[in-house]
Amino acid sequence: METILEVKNLAKSFDEKEVHRDVSFSLARGETLGLLGHSGTGKSVLLRSLIGLEHIDRGQIIYRNRRIDDLTETELFPVRTKISYSFQSGALFDSVSVFENIAYPLFEHTKLSEAEVARKVRELLRIVNLEDAEDLMPSDLSGGMQKRVGLARSMALDPDILLYDEPTAGLDPMNIEKVVDLINRCRERGFSGILVTHDIPVARRVCDRLVIINEGQVHFDGSVAEFNSSDDDFVKTFLLNERAV
Amino acid sequence: MTITKFKENLVITGELTLMFRDFLVASVTKPFYWGRLFEQIIHLGIGSLSITVVIGFVTGLLMTLQFGYGLATFGGTLYVPGIVSVSLLRELAPIFTSLLIAGRIGSGISAEIGAMNVTQQVDAIRALGTSPMRVLVVPRMLAAIISLPLLATLSAFMGIIGGIIIAYLEFNMPMGFYVNKVLAFLHFSDVFGSMLKCSFFAVIISLLACYKGFKTTEGTKGVGEATTWVVVRASITILISDFFLSKILLLLFA
Repeated sequence: METILEVKNLAKSFDEKEVHRDVSFSLARGETLGLLGHSGTGKSVLLRSLIGLEHIDRGQIIYRNRRIDDLTETELFPVRTKISYSFQSGALFDSVSVFENIAYPLFEHTKLSEAEVARKVRELLRIVNLEDAEDLMPSDLSGGMQKRVGLARSMALDPDILLYDEPTAGLDPMNIEKVVDLINRCRERGFSGILVTHDIPVARRVCDRLVIINEGQVHFDGSVAEFNSSDDDFVKTFLLNERAV
Repeated sequence: MTITKFKENLVITGELTLMFRDFLVASVTKPFYWGRLFEQIIHLGIGSLSITVVIGFVTGLLMTLQFGYGLATFGGTLYVPGIVSVSLLRELAPIFTSLLIAGRIGSGISAEIGAMNVTQQVDAIRALGTSPMRVLVVPRMLAAIISLPLLATLSAFMGIIGGIIIAYLEFNMPMGFYVNKVLAFLHFSDVFGSMLKCSFFAVIISLLACYKGFKTTEGTKGVGEATTWVVVRASITILISDFFLSKILLLLFA
């Protein structure tokens, strides 16, 4: 399968604290990759680094055979329309409605008419099962609904890659099911994805491949089947700990 | 001041300079958000109208009252219109209005951007391929630069109206006489200088507010600290820079 995104020897520190020492992995087109690791291993930092929300110290990030880690903020704008980020909290603009939140990237980056934007927003709201929410304000939504609106917004420009930051964190089982279903529908629509999660059952259900980050580097990189049957002590301990959690 | 504090302030000054440079570039290049600019002018400018009018009017009343009785001792009541109008236009209206805007708008901008920052909305703007500088900073700074000089001029005008009223009621000074004296004392350079000063103060207020908003961390506590920081820094900077600006304007126009 064609590699769409590649991370090579990525290193990142905050002041004296080294978060990533040497992280390398790749993402194939149409694949959904799960990024796992204990709390504080820098999974979200890694995800943010992929679209330049954090600057990396060393290494390379290659998207469609082009280095993007050395691009300026302005040069990154078009990249960010192709690699879309879904925030853990949803990060919805709280002063405007759900409709305007989802319409924002469409008005910014497309030449669609208002009617076409409205049609597209309603289609996205239907995908995330929130057809009746377009006039609501973000403060009127539950945490799960905010995440789904955030996902709809990140899908608006039909990106190549969706980055999901803890999409099921803090949700009740019913909302987790809805988000899992949504991610699976994104997979069916052909989106590639990278999912940061603590929820191993969710990762098993939506990911093709899993990468475990430990002590600043990739400790495990393999399919879900390989993960389940791994003899590696750390992977076994990781599984046990996560189950205990 | 410790060396650490000095270094910290040096870094802040450097970052503010770079931010101002980015603002200048973003103000004259596309995309430009006209809708957001008008929205901010209404919010910052129109929203501050009533309090500006009240402050200007009351200042004019008080100054005329005090100068009127003070100068009456020396037979100098006739000079009240000139002294009051020049003081209002050159100094009091720009300073009072700017300090008011620093409190009302500066704290508002830093709280708004700060809250957006801690809730990752600023990151979301970036992640959606747009620039927080263009979306958030440029409309707010330009709105402040446009609104503040107009508000200060209005404030001075209201002060003169207040002066006319109190001079008539307290000192039996005919309104026409007062207006003629005001017109004789004031020059275009006074209006121009006042507006120029206010534009400079608007840059200080909005730049500090936007900068601190982007630097806000630690949730709601951080937002509260940011607003205090902006109001204190902006007020001190306005007062100190006013002296130097007044000196320069006097050298240029006196």
